[in-house]
Amino acid sequence: MGFFQAFKLALKSLAGNKMRAFLTMLGIIIGVAAVIILVSLMQGLTGEVTSMFSDLGTEVLTVSVQSRGATRTVDDEDFYEFYAENNELFSAISPNVTVSGMVKQGNNEYSSSVKGVSEEYMAIEGYELTSGRFISYSDIEYYQKVCVIGSYLSKEAYNGNAVGNTIKVGGNKLTIIGVLEETDDSTEGSSDDLILLPYSTACKIGRTQINSYSFCVADTDNISYAEEVIDNYLYNIFKSDDYYTIINMQALIDQMEEMINMMTMVLVGIAGISLLVGGIGIMNIMLVSVTERTREIGIRKSLGARRRDIMRQFVIEAGTTSAMGGLIGIVLGTVFSIVLGDAIGINATPTVLAVGVSAGVSIFIGVLFGYLPASKASKLNPIEALRYE
Amino acid sequence: MTPIIDLRDIYKIYYMGDSEVRAADGVSLKIYEGEFVAIVGQSGSGKSTLMNIIGCLDVPTSGEYYLNGEDVSELKDDEQAHIRNKTLGFIFQQYNLIAKLNVLENVELSLLYAGISKSKRSAMAKEALERVGLSDKLKNFPNQLSGGQQQRVSIARALAGNPSIILADEPTGALDSKTSREVLDFLKKLNQEGNTIVLITHDNSIAAEAKRVVRIMDGKIIFDGDAGKAFEAR
Repeated sequence: MGFFQAFKLALKSLAGNKMRAFLTMLGIIIGVAAVIILVSLMQGLTGEVTSMFSDLGTEVLTVSVQSRGATRTVDDEDFYEFYAENNELFSAISPNVTVSGMVKQGNNEYSSSVKGVSEEYMAIEGYELTSGRFISYSDIEYYQKVCVIGSYLSKEAYNGNAVGNTIKVGGNKLTIIGVLEETDDSTEGSSDDLILLPYSTACKIGRTQINSYSFCVADTDNISYAEEVIDNYLYNIFKSDDYYTIINMQALIDQMEEMINMMTMVLVGIAGISLLVGGIGIMNIMLVSVTERTREIGIRKSLGARRRDIMRQFVIEAGTTSAMGGLIGIVLGTVFSIVLGDAIGINATPTVLAVGVSAGVSIFIGVLFGYLPASKASKLNPIEALRYE
Repeated sequence: MTPIIDLRDIYKIYYMGDSEVRAADGVSLKIYEGEFVAIVGQSGSGKSTLMNIIGCLDVPTSGEYYLNGEDVSELKDDEQAHIRNKTLGFIFQQYNLIAKLNVLENVELSLLYAGISKSKRSAMAKEALERVGLSDKLKNFPNQLSGGQQQRVSIARALAGNPSIILADEPTGALDSKTSREVLDFLKKLNQEGNTIVLITHDNSIAAEAKRVVRIMDGKIIFDGDAGKAFEAR
């Protein structure tokens, strides 16, 4: 008897008792759906977190110095000197100054974020300009009261013709010299809602210090090494690592991914238990089925069915049951993942790998747990099986 | 001429607790091609054991069994299954049709296990069903047929693979006298067409329909001869 024949027989047998077949499958359906939903949601979450952190720059090391209480300190000149000494390692540097001050244009107020940066900040962030120019070295050197604004302000306050106009930040009038291209969706509070000015000017008008320094590495593969170089430099100055912190986005992303992966493993492991229970359910029903069909097995054996014929019939029946359960589980899991993902706001479409592995596992479970009942059936004595009432 | 069935000094011994039951106690029997033999005996006489051994469903404790000249007394499970499939056609008292398969599929079963192709299987099964006069019931299920019809399906199933021997175990046991008559007449007809038939029964009047009668008691053959003489001897 061929494989296809056995498969048809299995379908017929399942169709003969639909309710029982469905209940048998339920364990597998729930297990597979749970695994797919969890894996998809976790993968969606990882993707979301990664892209969020990548937006902040994976090639950028952010260094902040808290020299309060330390006997020595490091200022922007020191950092520029350090940057020049290591110019093969870094491609750009920018001090960052956060200015808190009311943004006003005419009588309108805005809550845009205001940042003091260097002329290389544009390269670090990968900004493009729609009009005008970016902050230059001389703007910084001479404390020029100029700024570059994001696309939100340009549209909202100047109808796109911002260059040459002025804007007030904390009472200081700044001349707009450039407009950035849209990076998000040009809405209030988005990354397009910002004002950049020379960091020297920012320190002055904000009466504040440089908060941190962004180092852009030339080669992202060297980022860990670059972090080490900065660390050594600062440690030599402070003789302690209490006075500075270096944030490596890539390392953060890696850590986050590792954490999410571990969580995924744990959750999938728990969901996997329901697959195991589903498999045991299949084994249970197959054992009942073998007992119920003892006479049929006797007839088949008397007509010349060999052990492997009977074996194949029952294993394929179990495999078909769990494969069908797996299929339904995949469909349900996919639908739920997409719907849930939508609700949370992440892309949780199951990957081909997740679907493929679930399908494979569900068939494997059916065959594994179908083996024992099938083996029992195949070893029945035909004389006794025929006599069975 | 080699006999189809050649049993030589067959013993089948069961142990029930301490006591020993000799279900076959030194049976020797030769059956030739084209014979119609009835094995008759009371229940517990050992005729079922004999039928199981002849039918390759069981192996003897000792003794030799040659089927078509081949020693089949010490075969393994799957080898027995192969022999049953190729050389034996079974007809049972309870018909033993599979309820969820239709008439055609039931008849095709042994051909399926013989590995015959689908189209050929279907043709052979239809031919066998035509011989028993059930060509119009191919798609019916067993529970839609009368007892007599079901038994004819099982006869067709036994015939389908062109076996050397047809082994009928109480084929009329579950039928009324009229349908019993039909089935017996049909077996006779098959025998006239050249099929070798071994009929197992407890009923003398049924056994009388055969050409040769073998009477079993306590695991031993106590009579072997013409059907006519079998009953006048008593």
